[in-house]
Amino acid sequence: MGITKTIFSGFGGQGVLMMGYVLATSGMHEDKHVTYLPSYGAEVRGGTANCTITVSDEPIASPVASFPDFAILMNTPSLMKFEGGVKSGGTVFLNSDLVDLRPKRRDIQVVAIPVNSIAERLGNARGANMVMIGALVQKTGLVSLKSVIKSVRSIFETKGSKVHKMNTLAIKEGAAFVGED
Amino acid sequence: MAKQLMRGSHVIAEAATRAGCRFYAGYPITPQNELPEYMSERFAQLEDATFIQAESELAAINMVMGASMAGVRAMTSSSSPGISLKQEAISYMAGMELPAVVVNIMRGGPGLGNIAPSQQDYFQATKGGGHGGYRTIVLAPYSGQELVTLTVKAFDLADAYRTTVILLGDGLMGQMMEPVTFPDPIDPATLPQKEWVLDGARGRDSRLIVSMLLDPVQMEQFNWKLARKYEAICERETQYESYLLDDALLAVVAFGTAARIAKGAVNRVRKAGLKVGLFRPITLWPFPGKELRALTRTIKHLLVFEMNFGQMVEDVKISVGEQARVHFHGRPGGIISTPHEIADAITKLIYRYEL
Repeated sequence: MGITKTIFSGFGGQGVLMMGYVLATSGMHEDKHVTYLPSYGAEVRGGTANCTITVSDEPIASPVASFPDFAILMNTPSLMKFEGGVKSGGTVFLNSDLVDLRPKRRDIQVVAIPVNSIAERLGNARGANMVMIGALVQKTGLVSLKSVIKSVRSIFETKGSKVHKMNTLAIKEGAAFVGED
Repeated sequence: MAKQLMRGSHVIAEAATRAGCRFYAGYPITPQNELPEYMSERFAQLEDATFIQAESELAAINMVMGASMAGVRAMTSSSSPGISLKQEAISYMAGMELPAVVVNIMRGGPGLGNIAPSQQDYFQATKGGGHGGYRTIVLAPYSGQELVTLTVKAFDLADAYRTTVILLGDGLMGQMMEPVTFPDPIDPATLPQKEWVLDGARGRDSRLIVSMLLDPVQMEQFNWKLARKYEAICERETQYESYLLDDALLAVVAFGTAARIAKGAVNRVRKAGLKVGLFRPITLWPFPGKELRALTRTIKHLLVFEMNFGQMVEDVKISVGEQARVHFHGRPGGIISTPHEIADAITKLIYRYEL
């Protein structure tokens, strides 16, 4: 696998940092080298949020991604900010419910997923990020779906089994959505 | 204990707690706010621990001074401008030989600067940021796990030598999450007794801790005592990492985050067959100058890489004298270089000097 870098971006409240945390935790559970680097600064409520996750078989030199392999873009400003940086041959995962634009570049793959609609259909409107992480992992094989479900369970341990079931369902729906094509 | 994915600032706070730290005072500043945040919650779970969000950086460090006098393992943390404010008290603590741990999560400067990672406080940390010609031990972690080991070590060194120990990280070290494991917690009651603390003179002679010695003869004696202590620290506590240096013709010299990036660059150029290694000072003071000089028997070119415009490079030059050519690559202001950029800098030197 080598070193893979993934950027998660969206506005505050979309669970962008949580997606990154889940991916990094899952990588750790698989005994991979991982780093999680959040953007930090003078942010405001509803402002932009992004984080960079490195998952690797070897020690990680820099946790920064100048040219990420994958970009998860939950809103339009994120697409405008990060499209240019994605590595040639890389993949962007778009939240097609909120992003009308499509990347202009022809050297990257685009996976568009209506994560808000799917989450709402499941009666779990706040689970759009879980749908997205399911899709990402299914498509890329960065970590196993099993690890993701296990990580999410441990992260939300105190929230009880109902939340766990809803999250698991959302992750699997996301995976199924990209598995179909 | 299982691996945990934790933010650097939280790692320092947890490691300090496990090292027996029972007093923390601080004042908020990015990018280290998560440290006091974690401390406030963690210390609330302990009966014998005190967390104070002070009214200022000055108040915080002076509270640490008081706690230290009373014998408690004490810590404060801040970022560059806040650390400047603490210098007076750090000098006073040197004058009173008080142990303390001060965490500096550096940001770009000078002045208020920005909140991006930098290494612009090397001089301040290693040369005695306050007045009076004292030294502080300076530890420079470069990974999450090293934040654990060096935080614990900071408290041990502070007590052993009755000195301030500075844990010198940067915004990247403070914000990044990596998997870490922690050692078992130390019960402060099991730590060696300190024979000098002010804990009430009932049943013993009273003690006095001051930094004022008006008699120059006494003050000279005290200064020589400090000098001998600092010499002992230099002899015993120097720590560094050598990476792929055995056959190297060029060594990159870097610490902290820069060393991490440099290691990636070294791996990159090694794959291309270039004979390059990394020398990483872990203690910035004492600086591993003797060890670096020993390298110059076989390595005639050093590339110092720092996230500033040239500070540690001066110590490198003093250490190696005329024995090696010292080159420099710096990025001040909060820029994080890529391993690619450093690999380019290495490759240029390899061509230029036909190594």
